[in-house]
Amino acid sequence: MTVALERPAIAAAKPARRRRFSLGAVTPYLQSAPLALILGAFLLLPIIMIVVVSFWDYDFAAMYPDFLATNYSDVLGSWVTWKTYLNTIKFAAIVWALTLFIGFWVAYFLAFHIRTTAMQMVLFLVCTVPFLTSNIIRMISWIPVLGRNGLINSTLVHLGIVPKPIEWLLYSEFAVVLAMVHLYTLFMVTPIFNTLMRIDRSLVEAARDAGASGWQVLWNVIIPLAKPGMAIGTIFVVTLVMADFSTVQVMSGGQSASVALMMKNQMSLLQYPAAAANAVVLLVLVLLMVAGILRIVDIRKEL
Amino acid sequence: MTNTTQAKTGISRRSLLKTGAAAVGLAAGSGAITGFPTIWAQSNITLRQFGTGVSNLNAIADKCKADLGITLEMTATDSDAAAQRAVTQPDSYDIADIEYWICKKVFPTGVLQPMDVSKLKYYDELVPLFKTGKLTPDSVIAQGTAPHTVGFVEAQDSKVFAKAPTNWFTMVPTIYNADTLGIRPDLVGRDITTWADIMDPAFKGKTAILNIPSIGIMDAAMIMEAMGNIKYADKGNMTKEEIDKTIDFLIKAKQGGQFRAFWKSFDESVNLMASGEVVIQSMWSPAVAAVRSKGIACRFQPLKEGYRSWGGGLGLAAHLSGAQLDAAYEYINWYTSGWVGGYLNRQGYYSANMVSAKKFMTEDEWGYWIEGKPAKGDIKAPDGTVMEKAGALRDGGSFEERMGHVACWNSVMDEDRYMVKRWNEFIAA
Repeated sequence: MTVALERPAIAAAKPARRRRFSLGAVTPYLQSAPLALILGAFLLLPIIMIVVVSFWDYDFAAMYPDFLATNYSDVLGSWVTWKTYLNTIKFAAIVWALTLFIGFWVAYFLAFHIRTTAMQMVLFLVCTVPFLTSNIIRMISWIPVLGRNGLINSTLVHLGIVPKPIEWLLYSEFAVVLAMVHLYTLFMVTPIFNTLMRIDRSLVEAARDAGASGWQVLWNVIIPLAKPGMAIGTIFVVTLVMADFSTVQVMSGGQSASVALMMKNQMSLLQYPAAAANAVVLLVLVLLMVAGILRIVDIRKEL
Repeated sequence: MTNTTQAKTGISRRSLLKTGAAAVGLAAGSGAITGFPTIWAQSNITLRQFGTGVSNLNAIADKCKADLGITLEMTATDSDAAAQRAVTQPDSYDIADIEYWICKKVFPTGVLQPMDVSKLKYYDELVPLFKTGKLTPDSVIAQGTAPHTVGFVEAQDSKVFAKAPTNWFTMVPTIYNADTLGIRPDLVGRDITTWADIMDPAFKGKTAILNIPSIGIMDAAMIMEAMGNIKYADKGNMTKEEIDKTIDFLIKAKQGGQFRAFWKSFDESVNLMASGEVVIQSMWSPAVAAVRSKGIACRFQPLKEGYRSWGGGLGLAAHLSGAQLDAAYEYINWYTSGWVGGYLNRQGYYSANMVSAKKFMTEDEWGYWIEGKPAKGDIKAPDGTVMEKAGALRDGGSFEERMGHVACWNSVMDEDRYMVKRWNEFIAA
């Protein structure tokens, strides 16, 4: 969005020739207009609407334009909200750590251990194969695997490893984290793979020549250079987990709460202003997290 | 989720006017207009009906078009959205197909008009449950929003519900049923007789209740009362303390690991039961049928405390008048004249006019679904698939046995908002 807004400003600042002033000055605006219009109509306007509605009053049937802080005091004053936010942040932290670890090593393997570019591309495409089916299907397909009479439990019981089925495999926080890691790891792999591919191999050779060990090369050369990719992947994963409701609902069997699920409950009861207030709080929190990430890592450096 | 049914007219306005005029002339000349049904096709009447999904069935719209010539445009929503739409967009529908507890919220806002009982051809045949609250003269009136408590108003322009039947009927009942717990008879390993059995430590981690606050709280209330923890003045309209006690109990049970899951949709409840994750849970009748159709034993277990019941009806929008109002009455009279009743009864629901519905069911179907007798032949669903094999018995028995033991109706509480807030705490706990 910032790009779209900045570009006309930069272009307009350029000294234009007097004669073609009218056309020259208008062209960049025209060029950026489609994107600006789309973002304005489908991103900015809805967000403004959400903020406005979050101050309204409501009952079971309708919303009444007003300027009340009760929606916010309800959201922030309830222990349910705090517990739910903590729970969601906990999921985000665990899933982030796991996807970063797994994602980095998958990307590292693809970038440095596969010799030919053709093979790299083939293997990368293999990684994306699961994305040919929908999120929901990939998530739900865990249920017959993890269930009480599912694949894993029946195998374990059959082999005599456990006397009776393990209960915590499904409808638990374990199941939620497992499904999320499965769903979101590729969002980590892609940007990290991208940055790893751009690393100049001569830097690695230079480090070797200077006597660095394998771990030193990894720690002092590759990881610092991969940081922008990790940051982008982190933004993807954190925002996806913070906004998730279906995975938490399905994999925890409705036993666990997430912020988005709380909003969905409110919306299904038509308490839109309450849900809007919740959405604003979540948006602020996620923006703060993204701002924090961007402060630590300059993602533009490597783009 | 919007499901709109509209028959294609396929004729231009001009040709319709021409043939319409000719047909009216012909019909008037031949005296055909006097009989039932009125041929509404000539005036091309459309009625817009919206409501909760269960009774918005395409088969009914098709049959209505064929029998009456009235085009039914149907829109299905969930119950909260239905309540909202009924109040906020009263001009967007002609017929509201809503549940009785929604009627309690909606009717006082003045968006619906009551029906003149004398214009309802089959009023006398309607099941007395909807007029007096008693299925048989010696039945006990159930708690909650019982349909008869919101079934009448004092006068045509009144918005206050009448205590006894009057000439002004708010809604003609469509579908109703009695819900109870579903069980896996092969896995519970003992007889289930009471709502309290869902809290049996033997079923720890193998039970579920539904996560729809207004219904879930009722199931919880049935459980609480069955366990002897509390005696509600009215389960359908709890006080704040009663809500607190109930939710605190649920939170304790949840933290003790009694529940495996909380389901929100029909399919979730079917999957929980079919996979054996859960052996006893709140359930709806068609979900039990869906589990059974997979060849898995599942029973809609009658319990000694009685059933939690629900029901819906058709209400007329306040803006209806003239030919449209006549058409709406015609539609409602047709709805209660038997074909629809038979169709609904065959799906395991109950219809409002049992007398006329009987004429549209075979003796065996009537025996199985309504009288609780063993099926003589295979019982088939409306689409022809076999639902029950010969010899099967309906869970809970006959219509009188099931609807005669309703302990509580789905309802809306005065402390509704407080209840929902506490329910969300239970889910987050």
